[in-house]
Order: sequence, then structure tokens, then C-alpha cells
Amino acid sequence: MTNGFLSDPYLPIEAEVLACTHETANIFNLHISFIERHHHNLYAFHPGQFNMVYLYGVGEVAISIVSDPEEKHVISHTIRALGRVTRALQQLRVGAHIGIRGPFGRGWPLHKAQGKDMVIITGGLGCAPAVSIINYILARRSQYGKLKILQGVKHSDDFIFRQQYEKWQMSSDIEIHIAADQAGPKWPWSVGYVTDMIETLDLDPRNTVAMMCGPEMMMHTAISALTKKGISEHDIYLSMERNMECGIGHCGHCQYGGLFVCKDGPVFAYPEIKALFKVAGF
Amino acid sequence: MDGEASYFLPHYRLQNLLDALQHAGFNCIGPQVRDGGIVYEPLTHASQLPWGIRDHQSPGQYRLIKTDEKKAFSFANGAQALKPILFKPRETVWRVVRDENGKLEFKPHYSKEQPIAILGVRSCDLVAMAIQDKVFLRENHVDPRYEERRKSLFIIAINCSYASGNCFCVSAGSGPEVNNPFDILMTEIHDGLVVKAGSKRGHEIIAALKLEMARVEQNDEAANNVAQAAAMQTKRIPLENGYGLRDVLFSNLDHPRWEQVADRCLSCGNCTQVCPTCFCHSETEEPALDGSCSEHHREWDSCFTSGHSYLNGKVIRDDTRKRYRQWLTHKVGSWFDQFDVSGCVGCGRCISWCPVGIDLTEELAAISGEANEREKM
Repeated sequence: MTNGFLSDPYLPIEAEVLACTHETANIFNLHISFIERHHHNLYAFHPGQFNMVYLYGVGEVAISIVSDPEEKHVISHTIRALGRVTRALQQLRVGAHIGIRGPFGRGWPLHKAQGKDMVIITGGLGCAPAVSIINYILARRSQYGKLKILQGVKHSDDFIFRQQYEKWQMSSDIEIHIAADQAGPKWPWSVGYVTDMIETLDLDPRNTVAMMCGPEMMMHTAISALTKKGISEHDIYLSMERNMECGIGHCGHCQYGGLFVCKDGPVFAYPEIKALFKVAGF
Repeated sequence: MDGEASYFLPHYRLQNLLDALQHAGFNCIGPQVRDGGIVYEPLTHASQLPWGIRDHQSPGQYRLIKTDEKKAFSFANGAQALKPILFKPRETVWRVVRDENGKLEFKPHYSKEQPIAILGVRSCDLVAMAIQDKVFLRENHVDPRYEERRKSLFIIAINCSYASGNCFCVSAGSGPEVNNPFDILMTEIHDGLVVKAGSKRGHEIIAALKLEMARVEQNDEAANNVAQAAAMQTKRIPLENGYGLRDVLFSNLDHPRWEQVADRCLSCGNCTQVCPTCFCHSETEEPALDGSCSEHHREWDSCFTSGHSYLNGKVIRDDTRKRYRQWLTHKVGSWFDQFDVSGCVGCGRCISWCPVGIDLTEELAAISGEANEREKM
């Protein structure tokens, strides 16, 4: 999408940390705002898009935006401390200054999905792009049909968004399914695979849009289960992850066949990426 | 040799051309011999040109020899020419200064160099430049550093009159005759260069030299030399360097040839460094020792490194087979999806500079089943 916000697409804009809250030992939320407040008026994004977050002296990293696009003063990111930059970002204190470039990429087709039943599927350690959709829909609940959220984890100990799910569960007209491949004692949810959960869902295949993110193997299984339920591949959207350094299709790292995940994605309709999905090495 | 009037620039007056370019404010870059190769470096005297030097190239081989001909451009391209001038191997893109309160000030970095005139650009490199323009000058995603250098670049192109054993531009559709825009175009004959202008500023430089019109026999000799460069090519890229390559590669992702080539490939990345269209680069950070500022650089990267496909603590292309396949399926496959053109211009550099002599035309022949040798004309 066009980005009139950045005059030099390589140059970050200064921002400050408003709050840094921790979900777990290595997952945290970074809430920021631009130092020059008028930048918020120029900055417009869609859920599913990402920013390049710069930490002084360390470098940049691509991070999905989880705040609401209507929120004009705060931009929020949920980050997993895993690599060099994200681990250093975790040390940030309130008031620290960072750099932001963005928003980049193509987000979820949430306008197109208005009026449809929504199935949101995420796997692994939880996934910020899915959080952005769920928050968006809950804030505009009447614009969408039934909302089903499916979360799969390998082991029940990996389930880290308990509070978030408890909050979501309080909203009316929302169906939440959580399954662990393996579960410890006192696990209140199901044991099994995401696929098994999809099979039991009551779906209207002609009026359902599925959006998912997480490990590619999990998404692959979920896609087969959804198509078996009669959902068209064109109604299945995925958020892809690849190495990203520039965000604008110049550096070449995020290439997925002929697609640049950073500018053509990260959200794709399944048919766009189907040919290489599951081929190791792309 | 159509359209524009052609003039004759005798070899002994090449210095006048360099002087005219310098007088017009350009830093002149041109070919010269260094460390056993032809490199493109700042050029102030015509005597620095590689007079009477020719290369012999074959897979994994590049050697210079002396010839009896007194020509300055009778060689085929060396490892680099135009790409490093516009897309620098390493460049500072911005600096950030941090004050005592932790406030950051981001300052874009522009190299502010004197405009460059490059002497002796080959057709393959001009076609490659047009491809890199599609990467760095795409609407909404313009790299201002590349753009600045690209806009001011003065191009003195040259039609090739010799092809090395690794050249295959005829089959790639990118040479040896220049068809892309230029400021001045030259074709070398035995005692000088037939030149013509392709832009207003090219006209002005040629007018300042007060050259005589080229005679019919000079134009004929020039045309013959270009035809000879085309005729002497022995290699070809299969399937006319077209969309068919993409289809054949992506329908053969499990072909046994990938395993075979991976056994030979060292994954060194030389091919990507000499390729005039490869654009991958990585961004790096260099903080000052005193902590007061930090520089953000970008430098050429290669899909043959493990870092290129790093994701969340893992490497997606964890072996040479996947990396070579990524390179080739991108170069002459998915490149079509991205830029509507092949990423190969037939310069043959990846073949010459591969330490084990892997020949991309041979790999494509093995997978496509179509020969990579040209029939004698």
C-alpha cells in the first residue's frame, strides 16, 4: 500500500515507549507513541500490517501491529523475545526512545469480510496478527457474523494467553476452542489437534472467512480441514513470516517464490501461495 | 547504426572526450587493468585504458592476454562494471544521534558525490541496470540514494566487438548491440570509435569535440565488428530466456539435478556478487564506541548465506541444494513474476567467477532438456 508517511522509506521516525507489559517471561507488549504528535495523524494502518521497530545501536525488526487502527495516539506491538533485537527490546523502560518505520505490507481483508462468519485459527505460542483481528472484530462486533477462535498448542504449558482468552470469553457471541496436543493435569480445554477442532465446528461454508497465522505445518493441516468442510480456498487467509530487513521489497530476504512477503503480504489468500506452500526451502 | 548521425573519434582523441566530460562536471569512470582483471575505476587519462588487452573466459576461468590490436575496448566484461556504482556494495543509509536525555535524531545519509560519467558500458549491463531500476525506483518504494546517482549518471555505452567464451547475451536477448537508452554510444574500429549521441547532453559533449562525420566504410566496419561479437558466441540460455524457464523450473523443484549441482557448489555466493541484477542486501548497525551515535548501513547479501533465510531462530534454506535452487529459480523463474522479465542478461559472469565452474546455462539445459550450445551461424 502507499506510504506517504515516510519521505525516505529507510529512515525511522522517533517514538517513545508509553508502557511495556509482560505476558510471560519472553512475550511482552510494547505501547508507543510518536514524539511529534502530528505523525499520528499521518500514520494509518490496517490490522495485519507491521512496523520496522528500531532499537538504538542494535537494529531493526519487523513487528506486527496489534492496536486498533482507530486509536490515534498509541501503537501497540506484541513481541516475542527470540532474536538479537527482540531480546534487547524487552529491556526497554517507559520513556525510552526508539525508531519506527511503517506501516508496511498488506493486512487482513477485514472490510471485505464484513457480514461474514469469522474463524480465526492460531497455533504455537500465540500469534500477534490473530490478536489484531480479534480485537478489531470485538470492537465492531455488529459488523460481523459468528466469531470462532481456535488456538492450538503443542503442550498445555505453552498456552500463555489465559487472561486474554478469559477476557474474550466474556464477550457475547464468541466461541473459543483451545486444544493442546499433550496436556498436563487440570487443563480445562481439549486435548488433540486443531484439525480435530475444525471437524466439530458448525460452519456455513458459503458465508465463512477463515484467517490464520502460526506454524506453517499447523496452517497446512487447518486448510485441509477447512476445505473438507466446504470452505473455498479463496476465503482462507494466512499471515506469512519470513526474514525481513527493509519492509519495502528491496532487500530480498522475504521472497517467497515471486512474492515479497513484506510488500505483497504478509497476509495472503491461500491460492496466492498454494504452489509453494509445504515445499521446504522457500 | 540508424537514426542519429555518427561521428568518428580517433583513438588519439579519446583524451578530449575525457576532458570534455570532466569539464562538464563529471567524475569519469572507465575500464582499466588491475590485479589481472579489468575493473571500472576513476579514469583521468586515456592511457589508463586497457589498450591491447583481451580476456579469455571459460567456466571458472578468467585470464588477460595481450593482443597486437591497438584497441581500448576489445575485451569482454570483467567481474564488475556498472552495478557497484549505482547500488553500492556497502553504504551508510542513515545516522542517528542520541543526546544525554536519550532523545534520538535520525539523519538520512547521502553520499553527495560528484556526478559520474561511465565510459564503456556494455549492453548486458544496461539491460541489468534497467532491471535494477525496477527494484529501487518502484513507485512508492523509491530508494533516494540509488535515485540520485541514477539520475545524474552519464552513460557512454559501447557495442561489443568481442565476446568471451562465457558470453551468451544474444540468446538472452540483451546484446551485443546496445538498444537501451544512453547518452553517447560508441563502437570501436581499428583506429578509433564511431560515436553517436542519444541525449541532449550527449549531443553537447560530442559537439564540443568538433568531430568529423563517420565515413561509410567506418560505419560498415563498426557494424561488422558488432556482428562478429554476436557470431562468436558459443553458449546459449535455453528457452529464449523467457517465461518457459520459470515454468520448467517450478515444475521440477524435485529434479535430481539440484542434488548434483549442490555437490559441486561451494555456496560461496560469488555468482550473486558478480551478477549485475542481484539486489539482495542486508542492513547492519554500527554504534560508535562512545555511545553517542550509531550508523545504519546496508551491504550486499547473498541467498547463499545461512543468514539470508533466517527466521525465528531457524534457517529456512539449510543446505546448498535449497540455496542453489532458490538462486536459479529466482534468477530465471520467479523474477518474471516480480519484474516481468528474466533476471539473467547473459553476461556470463556467474560462470567465469564460480570457483568450481558451475555454468548456469548447463544447469538449465539439464533441467529443461534443451541444449545450451549455439548452432554455428
